[in-house]
Amino acid sequence: MSEELKGYRELPIGGLIVEPGNAVTYRTGTWRTFRPVWHEDKCIHCLFCWVYCPDAAVQVKDGKMTGFDYEHCKGCGICAHECPRDAITMEKE
Amino acid sequence: MAERMALTGNEAVAYAMMQINPDVVAAYPITPQTALMQKFADFVADGEVDTQFVLVESEHSAMSAVVGAAAAGARAMTATAANGLALMWEILYIAASTRLPIVMPVVNRALSAPINILCDHSDTMGARDSGWIQLFSENAQEAYDNTIQAVRIAEHRDVLTPVMVTLDGFIISHGLEVVEVLDKEAVQDFVGEYEPAYTLLDPEHPITFGPIDFSDYYMEHKRSQVDGIEAARRVIPEVGREFGKRFGRSYGMIEEHGTDGAEALLVALGSTAGSAKAVVDDMRERGLPVGLVKIRAFRPFPYEELREALGKAKAVAVMDRSISFGAQAGPLALEVRSALYGLSLPVRDYIYGLGGRNITLEEIEDILQEALEMAKTKEAEPLVKYVSVRE
Repeated sequence: MSEELKGYRELPIGGLIVEPGNAVTYRTGTWRTFRPVWHEDKCIHCLFCWVYCPDAAVQVKDGKMTGFDYEHCKGCGICAHECPRDAITMEKE
Repeated sequence: MAERMALTGNEAVAYAMMQINPDVVAAYPITPQTALMQKFADFVADGEVDTQFVLVESEHSAMSAVVGAAAAGARAMTATAANGLALMWEILYIAASTRLPIVMPVVNRALSAPINILCDHSDTMGARDSGWIQLFSENAQEAYDNTIQAVRIAEHRDVLTPVMVTLDGFIISHGLEVVEVLDKEAVQDFVGEYEPAYTLLDPEHPITFGPIDFSDYYMEHKRSQVDGIEAARRVIPEVGREFGKRFGRSYGMIEEHGTDGAEALLVALGSTAGSAKAVVDDMRERGLPVGLVKIRAFRPFPYEELREALGKAKAVAVMDRSISFGAQAGPLALEVRSALYGLSLPVRDYIYGLGGRNITLEEIEDILQEALEMAKTKEAEPLVKYVSVRE
């Protein structure tokens, strides 16, 4: 991780963020202590998890839940809480 | 053509602000700065400036408004004093660390308690670690000149750091002096058109000001901030020389007066430096080897310049117009000793003039006489003395 961090000479001054839309490059997944685990057999693809996820970390393809973006999921557990079929459980990292 | 006018220090700075014609000024009145903003408000009311003048409910709001304006790409200014500066505290750090080139005259006044509206330097000294550049003025002319130069210093691309220009409350702010006021066009030409390095109001280049930093980047941003104020060591004298070329009055980090061959040197800030010049001249006429080093830039502190100027003397007396409670000396003497690290030179601090206590020419001569004694004995004890305090 440390080799990816920039030195002070490479940073814009004043703590400014000068590239828009760069949140994707910040790996908030490293903050996680619990990870959501998807149980496909129980999933009814209601997409409540996708609606509630504050980090857009629920991956959906053709209207169907397909898993999680663990690079950005912070492990908040909202998806597991909202799931009406217990198709998501939180497991310790 | 420049014009000679009878102005108070406050009026002189208000003239400088009018001639700079900042985009935004946000202010709240506080003695002894009130007359400064009142004069500037006259210029606004008379249509002499294009400034958006924002009257706010506190100094915290004044600095916050100026930070917002500067982030939006405006040339922004305010002015304050004492308790008003104290109320800005939180936002002073934000202005400096966000690298916003704000210029703020500070009319030096004592902090409460007991409540006191007269001059000392405890307000500015408390803000010495906030990241702002600090320029001290000896008189109304310097306050005027410094305010104009501060714009160029703050906005220099290598610096991009806010600047405080100080003037001693009442002594300079309310004293009437003959001041050479430049042509508005000449001032406009000197400060130039402001081109912000970054602005919130550029939809082609959307940016974020003031995001959160965790432990992985905060130190890098602080280290980067150091480079800005360090660059001012080069830029302050550069701008001061150019000002001298154009208008006849040159400025550096320090000013030496009678230092050639001096055995005892006095270090002072602000209006006291003017009184000390008269004392030095008088004592020199009597054959006494004394001199003065006036500090113009307190931040960044002129360590190298001082070491060179003071290193040739045998003793140094420092005059501090504030206390750093619990420290070994006042703020200025601490810095002077640090600049002289490794040299065996006796340095004594004289704390004086708190809450507007007058400092007389005789008292300054007494200090220099003691410094001459120090030059003989090499004995700096006591390290701190309090001038004219009753026991």
